[in-house]
Amino acid sequence: MSYSAAELMIVNSARMLQDGDTVFVGVGQPNLACNLARRTHAPNLLMIYEAGVIGAQPARLPLSIGDPTLVSGAASVCSMYDIFSFYLQRGNVDVGFLGGAQIDRFGNINATVIGDYHHPKVRLPGSGGAMEIAAWANRCYIMTPHQKRRFPEKVDFCTSAGFLDGRKSREAAGVRGAGPEAVITNLGILKPDRDGELVLAAVHPGASVEAAIENTGWALKVADDLVTTQPPSEEELRILHDELDPQGIYLK
Amino acid sequence: MSKLCMLSEAIATHVHDGDCLYAAGFTHLIPFAAGHEIIRQQRKDLTLARATPDLIYDQMIAAGCARKLIFSYKGNPGVGSLRIARREIEVGNLEWEEYSHFGMISRLQAGATGLPFIPMKQTAATDLEQVNPNYRRVVDPYSGNEVIVLPPLHPDVAIIHVQRADENGDAHVWGIIGEQKEAAFAARTVILTAEEIVDESVIRSDPNRTLIPGFIVDAVCHVPFCAHPSYTQGYYDRDNAFYLAWDDISKTPESTQAYLDEWVFGVKDRAEYWEKMGAETRDSLKVKDRFSLPVNYGEY
Repeated sequence: MSYSAAELMIVNSARMLQDGDTVFVGVGQPNLACNLARRTHAPNLLMIYEAGVIGAQPARLPLSIGDPTLVSGAASVCSMYDIFSFYLQRGNVDVGFLGGAQIDRFGNINATVIGDYHHPKVRLPGSGGAMEIAAWANRCYIMTPHQKRRFPEKVDFCTSAGFLDGRKSREAAGVRGAGPEAVITNLGILKPDRDGELVLAAVHPGASVEAAIENTGWALKVADDLVTTQPPSEEELRILHDELDPQGIYLK
Repeated sequence: MSKLCMLSEAIATHVHDGDCLYAAGFTHLIPFAAGHEIIRQQRKDLTLARATPDLIYDQMIAAGCARKLIFSYKGNPGVGSLRIARREIEVGNLEWEEYSHFGMISRLQAGATGLPFIPMKQTAATDLEQVNPNYRRVVDPYSGNEVIVLPPLHPDVAIIHVQRADENGDAHVWGIIGEQKEAAFAARTVILTAEEIVDESVIRSDPNRTLIPGFIVDAVCHVPFCAHPSYTQGYYDRDNAFYLAWDDISKTPESTQAYLDEWVFGVKDRAEYWEKMGAETRDSLKVKDRFSLPVNYGEY
């Protein structure tokens, strides 16, 4: 049986979440991962959205970060200043989800610009909440398709800090969050080693180590204890397709 | 004192060429009707500030209203790129100033509270500090650690859309409240648009729901469906199909101009726009009721 790239990324991201986690949810695939986790192994997952919604229980698939379905039935709604200060800056967020056009060897993310900042070749949307989420959430997960152009040795612009030049440089910067814990791609999972360098920690069923290496822009190391992820279960796929995203908008 | 007036009057009186404008609302309550009126009145050289420029600023940039964009996330939410803002920046036609969401909002919060800055913790991502000289570091006198600071933002005009207001401008808002209060208090002039104008007694029945006090408001405009294609919680849904459609409309200058000609210059006001939208679209955006329970304030 084969799975779509999105299914593999969503299911494996959901499994990273722990019951009781407070998670800063993004729209799209991270939203599906969080709602899948809440319907399976993490019923006490507290979902916070950067639009200022706490304890959301969306009845339909949110199509924007400020979808009204996030509000109806939520535990609380607050201002943007409050969500970033009382919740994120204060240290009340366990998990952040991030994505971006480029992710480098040390898990730094570029969502701002390709080329020179002042004379952009490609002008991307920019940080939004990502700069602070990457710094202040206790741990972060990055979801991205595994393509060489998305995994350069070094990002053109550091929108969100991973481990900078290595784990010690992040520690020296004195930010409260522990940084990226895993990068979940359609081929497998990268995790930071002792120095903060992303190494291949797992491959999905049917994906090869060679494909992961070939699609990474630096000399990707393979962890000694490399594992193969469990395939998405029938139940996980049923929840995704029947309950969460029946039109398959984010599942391709 | 009643501040009720037509939206066209409010824009004519309070929005001037060269002004810094903050049309508030995070995904929710974005005052599109006001943006369209500014386009119709052909304002120029505006500095457009918003955390998420959204389609409202993409359209105003396309119509030639903007000199500069201040933002923290310049995408079409849930869809992808804001093609026009992106193109104008890439070809060098549009000045820009960029923050993270928290940086942007902290500028408003400082402006709204009369402070020189609101300190923020460091994020270790210093590239934005390198390219935007507004980012500074100061030493926390208590710990000796550096914190990040940004100057206050004081828009000339804030436009705030709300569910209901009385004629004085006291306004109830529910759902996502984004940066509406901060933008209103930070600005020099506040234009309020409301789905409904209600009696003062309705506002006074639930004072905790008043996000914007009337005394900081300069004009109150009754503009039903002001936020479309954004939404108003409990009144109508977000038109996600239009957000997708804009991705196509904004692909070429010709198709963009055709949209502006038909839907902005081609209508007199929001009422005509909404009528032109057609019954099918209007019906598709209706929402089912879900009321909160009343609270007991007590009689004292």
